[in-house]
Amino acid sequence: MVPASARVLDAADIARSVSRLSHEILERSHGSRDLVLLGIQTRGVPLAHRIAGRMAEIESTTVPCGALDITMYRDDLRLRGARPLDVTELPEGGVDDRVVVLVDDVLYSGRTIRAALDAISDLGRPRAVQLAVLVDRGHRELPIRADYVGKNIPTSREQAVRVRLAEVDGIDEVVVEG
Amino acid sequence: MSMVIREVAPYGEEAVDMTIDDGRIARIDPAGSAPAGEREIDASGLIVLPGLVDLHTHLREPGREDAETIESGTAAAALGGFTAVHAMANTQPVADTAGVVEQVWRRGQEAGYCDVHPVGAVTVGLAGERLAELGAMADSAARVRVFSDDGICVSDAVLMRRALEYVKAFDGVIAQHAQEPRLTEGAQMNEGELSGVLGLRGWPPVAEEAIIARDVLLAEHVGSRVHICHLSTRGSVDIIRWAKQRGIDVTAEVTPHHLILTEELATTYDPRYKVNPPLRTADDVAAVREGLADGTIDIVATDHAPHAHEDKDCEWGAGAFGMLGLQTALSVVIETMVETGRLSWREVADRMSTAPAIIGRVESQGRPLEVGEPANLVLVDPRARWHVNADALASRSRNTPFEGREMSGRVVATFLRGRPTVLEGRLA
Amino acid sequence: MIRHLLSAGDLDRDEAIAILDTAGELARATGRSVKKLPTLRGRTVVNLFYEDSTRTRISFEAAAKRLSADVITFSAKGSSVSKGESLKDTALTLEAMGADAVVVRHSASGAAHRLAMSGWTDCVVVNAGDGTHEHPTQALLDAYTLRHHLSDGAGDLQGRRVVIVGDILHSRVARSNVLLLETLGAEVTVVGPPTLLPVGVEGWPCSVSYDLDNALTGADAVMMLRVQNERMNAAYFPSAREYSRRYGLDRHRAELLAPDGIVLHPGPMNRGMEITAEVADGPRSVVVEQVTNGVHVRMAVLYRLMGALPELESEAGS
Ligand SMILES: [Zn+2]
Repeated sequence: MVPASARVLDAADIARSVSRLSHEILERSHGSRDLVLLGIQTRGVPLAHRIAGRMAEIESTTVPCGALDITMYRDDLRLRGARPLDVTELPEGGVDDRVVVLVDDVLYSGRTIRAALDAISDLGRPRAVQLAVLVDRGHRELPIRADYVGKNIPTSREQAVRVRLAEVDGIDEVVVEG
Repeated sequence: MSMVIREVAPYGEEAVDMTIDDGRIARIDPAGSAPAGEREIDASGLIVLPGLVDLHTHLREPGREDAETIESGTAAAALGGFTAVHAMANTQPVADTAGVVEQVWRRGQEAGYCDVHPVGAVTVGLAGERLAELGAMADSAARVRVFSDDGICVSDAVLMRRALEYVKAFDGVIAQHAQEPRLTEGAQMNEGELSGVLGLRGWPPVAEEAIIARDVLLAEHVGSRVHICHLSTRGSVDIIRWAKQRGIDVTAEVTPHHLILTEELATTYDPRYKVNPPLRTADDVAAVREGLADGTIDIVATDHAPHAHEDKDCEWGAGAFGMLGLQTALSVVIETMVETGRLSWREVADRMSTAPAIIGRVESQGRPLEVGEPANLVLVDPRARWHVNADALASRSRNTPFEGREMSGRVVATFLRGRPTVLEGRLA
Repeated sequence: MIRHLLSAGDLDRDEAIAILDTAGELARATGRSVKKLPTLRGRTVVNLFYEDSTRTRISFEAAAKRLSADVITFSAKGSSVSKGESLKDTALTLEAMGADAVVVRHSASGAAHRLAMSGWTDCVVVNAGDGTHEHPTQALLDAYTLRHHLSDGAGDLQGRRVVIVGDILHSRVARSNVLLLETLGAEVTVVGPPTLLPVGVEGWPCSVSYDLDNALTGADAVMMLRVQNERMNAAYFPSAREYSRRYGLDRHRAELLAPDGIVLHPGPMNRGMEITAEVADGPRSVVVEQVTNGVHVRMAVLYRLMGALPELESEAGS
């Protein structure tokens, strides 16, 4: 059976969302000082870089940007098995006393973010941790919410949300399948 | 009580009615023409052979009754079609005195499933130092004619020479377990590329061949006869062939497992496949089959070696050497030698009954299927197929290498001096 | 993904590289001073050491603990448990204890294989050295070390020339390395006196030589194996002096290697026998790195094996 699929965001929509997320983060943080963006592997990383780039256009300052692989912090090894590890890369200066904004493509159960919080606590002691996501599709299993949301997309559990980004997939789009 | 075995094919040839009376073959009539007996057996489709004789059996009693007893071992023998077995001397105590061999002989008579001919040890305690009292064992009620330190090679050349000379006085034979000890220290499997890959200490063919070469030359020199146990390599077959051409009085045996299994089974590291001498290569298997077919190898002997479960359910290095063989021997010979056209049934009777009886000097066994001969018989269904189930074997042990395997041909009945020990494939 | 690690031959190229890559990322994590990852929290790893091998045991313990596994070490050395029965009995005990993985070192070749295949236990089995058979995690850490120096820490070892010297006959390190290095595309030559090369070594996926100088010339790496004194007493070679003259690595011989060629040794070293102190502690030696890399490689192995599933469920969209 081929699942019905619908594109809910195109490249322009994604660019607008990134722009809005960038503005909101800067507003709430009263400027870029002390900010660190940490993209969660895989698609959170290019998103973080896009946000950093947009912020540079807005404020003409460089916000440090890093990558976080949370594979070893997941609690579902028994269910999902071992997977190849990705790079974790902290910007110079680390995360101590910084306001860390985690960036991910989709917020769903919240388990990825829980793992990311564990990973961050192994890497240092941020002053605060916030969360920015491109899509929030609901169905949380943990008391976790995003500080910045590009787009809320109500889904059923049976559906799948595919975020594709040019850096990884060669195209910018968000598709709901099923 | 007279019994008529109807429409049975002696040596797989033309069917006859065979009447047994008073422990002997009383008459042989054309099929369907024998007068009615007190008991009738319909044997159409079955082959009758002289009861099989095993020159190499480990019955473990006395000493390891947890692994096998004379009763359980002879039951397995009867179910495998044997009417006589030679019980190897490496028991505890060792069968190196008239007292021990007579005890084994008597226990065999009591158990009654087949004749048990004790093999006497060549040296006291199998220690390879002093000759055991070979003459006393020969003169005992057990009338020992075969002497062997099996499990251990009589490696001392002088001791071997003396043993070969000494047994001439009572027409005995030394059955040599040919294994040069220094070349096989700690050996675990056939030495070759596979042993190197598996990291298991190798048992090189030369360790067998060197002893065989030495012993046939010793036998020639002192004018005695020598028997080679369980030869396993192409080189050994070549040496025996050469020795026989030279007129040396040597006989040799091959086991069923060396006729069919190869060293690749060691890749499982399952000690069920650990045996001494080890399983060899496919080329060696081809050579022993050829040797058995052309008469270079005189007999098939089982080297039936029961081992308690814990001695096999462990890692390879800790596992004991040896495999069960009595209940699967004939099927292996049928599969490897008869169904491949290498041996006729008459030749099977020779290799598994007549020749071993002659080597062991057992006059009443291995006789031709003729009127007046003792009724030591086995009825075989050559077309039957069965699957080996270790739990269903009569042995106390379960270390068969053939578990689950389909076997060719089945023993239907065995008669010891006219008395059925096995009927319809079950103990009678 | 494989279920057990019994032989280096169990690993195909992709699986081997995946383990090395994982080890690399774990090494970077450790570089960030993350001492412990929560990955195996609540799972139990049993180290079952029938043979005394402090360095391998400690390395596996450290690996399991850094992944937050519960670690139970069962060190049963000496003759009291040399009977085969106890391997089975211990396996049944482990099963009852709910162990998830067992790391086994045993003097019998095939012991790990037997433990994995006998039905005595459902645990994941990692071979930490079985008799004179194999030692696959040693081969992995050697490959990791070689890759780090010869291939910038990525990909395979295509075309790299590695020479393994010494008692090939009794060496589980040599067997595992020949298999793994061949899988990774390296050209391996084993060198030793003919008495210490196994029968049938011609069939192995490597070249064979009795001439160390010739084999070393231009090679990218040499791996020196420990030579036990008892081999001399068993007449495998006439004397320690003759052995080290013909098959020992001194500075002069080490200079025959390629300019950046490195020297490995699985340890413990016999300085003055198979390797001079000068080379063992010299600039080409990577012996200390091998130890460090061992922990990361074993973490990677535990992670991948204990995370191996028959089929992976996919959680869409996360
Ligand atoms: Zn024997």
